[in-house]
Amino acid sequence: MAKRKASVCTTDCVACGCCMKVCPRSAITISGGIYAAVDEELCVGCGKCAKECPASVISMREVTA
Amino acid sequence: MRKGVSGKRDLHEGGDGVKTKKKWYDYLWVASLTYLILGFFNILFAWLGLLCFFIPLIISLAKGNKAYCNRYCGRGQLFGLIGGTFGLSRKKDIPGWMKSKYFRYGFLIFFFIMFFLMLWNTYLVFAGAQDLKQVVTLLWTFKVPWRWAYHGTVISEGVAQFAFGFYSVMLTSTVLGFFTMILFKPRSWCVYCPMGTMTQLICKAKNNMGGKEV
Repeated sequence: MAKRKASVCTTDCVACGCCMKVCPRSAITISGGIYAAVDEELCVGCGKCAKECPASVISMREVTA
Repeated sequence: MRKGVSGKRDLHEGGDGVKTKKKWYDYLWVASLTYLILGFFNILFAWLGLLCFFIPLIISLAKGNKAYCNRYCGRGQLFGLIGGTFGLSRKKDIPGWMKSKYFRYGFLIFFFIMFFLMLWNTYLVFAGAQDLKQVVTLLWTFKVPWRWAYHGTVISEGVAQFAFGFYSVMLTSTVLGFFTMILFKPRSWCVYCPMGTMTQLICKAKNNMGGKEV
């Protein structure tokens, strides 16, 4: 079954950390102060980060497990 | 009964990654708000705003991260609170051009130019070539009389001139951020915040030099 995971467009990410703050699973880190990185092992695809992101650079992507 | 209690405890302890407890730095929006209010009473408090300039720069230069944006930025928290918690935001996507590199870097350069013009005006007052102007300039255009917040200064009028100029920068960016908060997502200021853009650039330079490909 396909699962939903958060996917960050790293070139447009401003590394503000809003997504990291809102993630209930602590699955997001701000890698080197440059962009948000999602740990797909932890991500449950709730979509909170995508909703929060002020630059709207996070999308929910279907991944096949 | 016992089973129920232990089950409940498990729910709390097993909440892997679930954030419930707020940290001290989650309340830094109080400091940002206080700063803005103090400027209405005594303009010299504007000098404190330099902390919002130096701390993020020092963190990014020393640690190579954006911990300031991510954790400590009181202004971001304030927008998050008013726009997010209180709901004063349409929560729509920011237009594409506003998150483009051209706009972000352009705004940073514009901000720099305006900042140096402000420093130049401060210098002129220090040097005695220009009189102190008791105004706060909003959006680099509108001169708002701010006489009530000035009660004299001990060293030089230049000290006060810098305070007026710096408070103008802070209030202008707050007003801009407030507008984009209402129009777009609560923290849309973060997208084009000059400090954020600058610290991200520093992090890019620093972490690329370490041989890490990004």
